[in-house]
Amino acid sequence: MKKILFSLIALVGTSAFFTSCSKEEDLTGTGSVFLHFDHKAGDQVLALGQNYVTANGDTVNFSTFQYFVSNFVLEKADGSTFVVPRDSCYFLVDHARPETQEIELRNVPAGDYTGVRFVIGVDSAKSASPLAERTGVLDPATGAQGMYWMWNSGYIFVKVEGTSPQAPVNGNGLRAFLYHIGGFGGYNAPTINNLKTAELHAHDGEVAEVRNNRSPELHTMVDILEVFKTPTAISVAANPVVMFNPFSTNVANNYADMFVLDHIHN
Amino acid sequence: MKICSGPGVLGLFLALALAIGSCGKEGDNWDYTLFLPSNLPAPRYDLAANPITREGFLLGKKLFYDPILSRDSTISCGTCHISFSGFTQHGHAVSHGIDDLLGKRNSLPVQNLIWKDDFFWDGGVFHLDLVALNAITNPVEMDESPAHVLEKLRRHPEYPALFEAAFGSATVESHDFLRALSQFMAMLVSANSRYDKYVRGETGGDLTSAELAGLATFQQKCASCHAGDLFTDLQFRNNGFRDDFTNDRGRYDITLNPDDIGKFKVPSLRNVELTAPYMHDGSLSSLEAVVEHYASGVRTSPTLDSLLLQHNQPGIPLDATEKANLVAFLKTLTDWDFVRDPRFAE
Repeated sequence: MKKILFSLIALVGTSAFFTSCSKEEDLTGTGSVFLHFDHKAGDQVLALGQNYVTANGDTVNFSTFQYFVSNFVLEKADGSTFVVPRDSCYFLVDHARPETQEIELRNVPAGDYTGVRFVIGVDSAKSASPLAERTGVLDPATGAQGMYWMWNSGYIFVKVEGTSPQAPVNGNGLRAFLYHIGGFGGYNAPTINNLKTAELHAHDGEVAEVRNNRSPELHTMVDILEVFKTPTAISVAANPVVMFNPFSTNVANNYADMFVLDHIHN
Repeated sequence: MKICSGPGVLGLFLALALAIGSCGKEGDNWDYTLFLPSNLPAPRYDLAANPITREGFLLGKKLFYDPILSRDSTISCGTCHISFSGFTQHGHAVSHGIDDLLGKRNSLPVQNLIWKDDFFWDGGVFHLDLVALNAITNPVEMDESPAHVLEKLRRHPEYPALFEAAFGSATVESHDFLRALSQFMAMLVSANSRYDKYVRGETGGDLTSAELAGLATFQQKCASCHAGDLFTDLQFRNNGFRDDFTNDRGRYDITLNPDDIGKFKVPSLRNVELTAPYMHDGSLSSLEAVVEHYASGVRTSPTLDSLLLQHNQPGIPLDATEKANLVAFLKTLTDWDFVRDPRFAE
C-alpha cells in the first residue's frame, strides 16, 4: 500500500514537473484524449447485483446500465473548442463490459483542454441517417443490440434495469424496474426529444495536456442514482417501467447531470 | 375441340417447364428489372443506394421464406405474408407468430413498399431496410435477435456464398442481410390489376358498368384518403372503427401526440379482395362489412377524421347500389399477375 502511495506521489510530482515545463513545449501535432467512465451509485463504486438506496428511499439492485455518448467537443480555457469529427465519436458504454468504459478521442490537436461536452444519446441527424452510415455500435441489427427500438426506429440512449422490493410484480413474477430512455425528436412527425448534453469542466487549475503523442485521461464519475434523483425523485413503485412515453422526459432530465469530471491524468 | 387440345397444351407447358427446370437454377430466366408503372409516382426508396441485382433479389427471397430468421426456426416472413393472399396472412385477424402467440394487428401486405416513407400500421419504422428487424425481434412474431440470425447464416452451408455473390463479401454483414431483404421486398410491385390496365389504356382493362359506377362513387366518396393509384394518401387517420383505444392507441405510441390516439395508416386497397380480414385489428371479414362500416358504423371519438364527420353526421352516405358497386370496383384492384408471379412466391 505504501509503495503504491509513494509511486502515486512520484507520479503527481512528475506530472507537476511536466506541467511547469509545458509553456516551453511545442503545441503542434495531435494526441488522443481518453475518457474513462467510472460508474458509481452515490458514493459507492457501482456493482451489478448489489443493493443501493435511491433518493426516494427505494432499494434498487441493478442488472443493466448502458448508455450512448456522442458528439464530443473539447474546450480550452480561452473558450475555443475542438469538435471531434462526428463519424469517429459514437460510443456505447456498457457496465457489464469494462472495456467499453474507456473511450478514445483521436487526432485531437495539441493544447491544454479544460472541459468536454458531449451528447447523451445519438443525435437526431445520425438517428435518421441511412443504414450505410450507421455502422459499429450504431448498427441497429447488431452493434446497438438491445439499444434500438425496432418498432419505433430510434436508439435507446440510456438503459437502466434491475429489481427492487418496492417495484410491483411484473408478468414474469419479478419485482423489476426497467428504464429505456430514448426519443430523438421524431422522423416524420415531431415527438419528445430526450437528447441531453453533458458539460464537464475540470477543477480550477487542472488541464488535460494533449501533446504530439501524449494523451491525457479524463476520469468521469457517472452516478447511476442520479437517474432517480433531481429534479424528479422517481419511485420505482409508481413508475416501474419507463420507455417511450411522456414520463421519460423526467428520467432524461434526471440523468442529464449524472456525469462529473473528477480528475485528469496527464 | 377445346377439350382435345387441352392435354396438348398442358403437355407442351410441362415440357417447357421441365426444359426451364433443366436449364439451371431458379430464376435464371427471370426478369430482374424493377417494374415502375406509369400510373404511380416516383419511388421514395433510394434504389441507387441499394440497386436490385439478380443475386441480391434471390438472396432476399431465400431469406424472406426462411424460418431461420425466427428463434425456433418455425416462422418466416412468408408465414404472415403469403403471396396468394396479397402477401398477408389470410384468415388471421391478427398476425399469428411464434409459439402460437398473436399480435395485436392485422398483417399488412408486402407490396409497393418503395412508395412508402414509413411502415406498419403506426408508421413506427421509417426505412424499408429496418422493416425486417421489427418482425424478427417482435416477441410475438419471430422473437429472435438479429445478431443470432447472422450467426446462424454464417454457419449455414449455403448463405455465405450467396452473400458473396450478391454483395462481394461472404462474411454475412448485417447491412447486406437487410439490403437483400429490401431488394426482394422492393421488387414486390403490384400495379397490373384490371383497374391499372383500364387507367393505362392497356388490353385487359375492361371494366363493367357496375365497376365503372363503383369507381365513380369511389372517386367521389373514398379517394380523399385512399388517394391516387397507390390507393392511400399515406396519412394516419382515425376511421371511426373504434371509439375506445385503450388496447391499441395506434400512431400515438410513436408520436406521443394526443391528437394521434386511435389513428392508423390509411392502407392501400390494392389486392384488397385477397387480404381479408380487414381493419387494423382484422375484425371485419368481408369487403361488404367494410363498406357497411363507412356507411353506417362510424363511431365518434375526439380524433375521428373530419372527413368522416360531415354535417355532424358520422360516416359516408351510401345507398345499396353504391355499396354493391364499390365492392365490385374494389375487386378490379386484384393483381393476379402479381400474386401468382413465380419470382415472388414461395
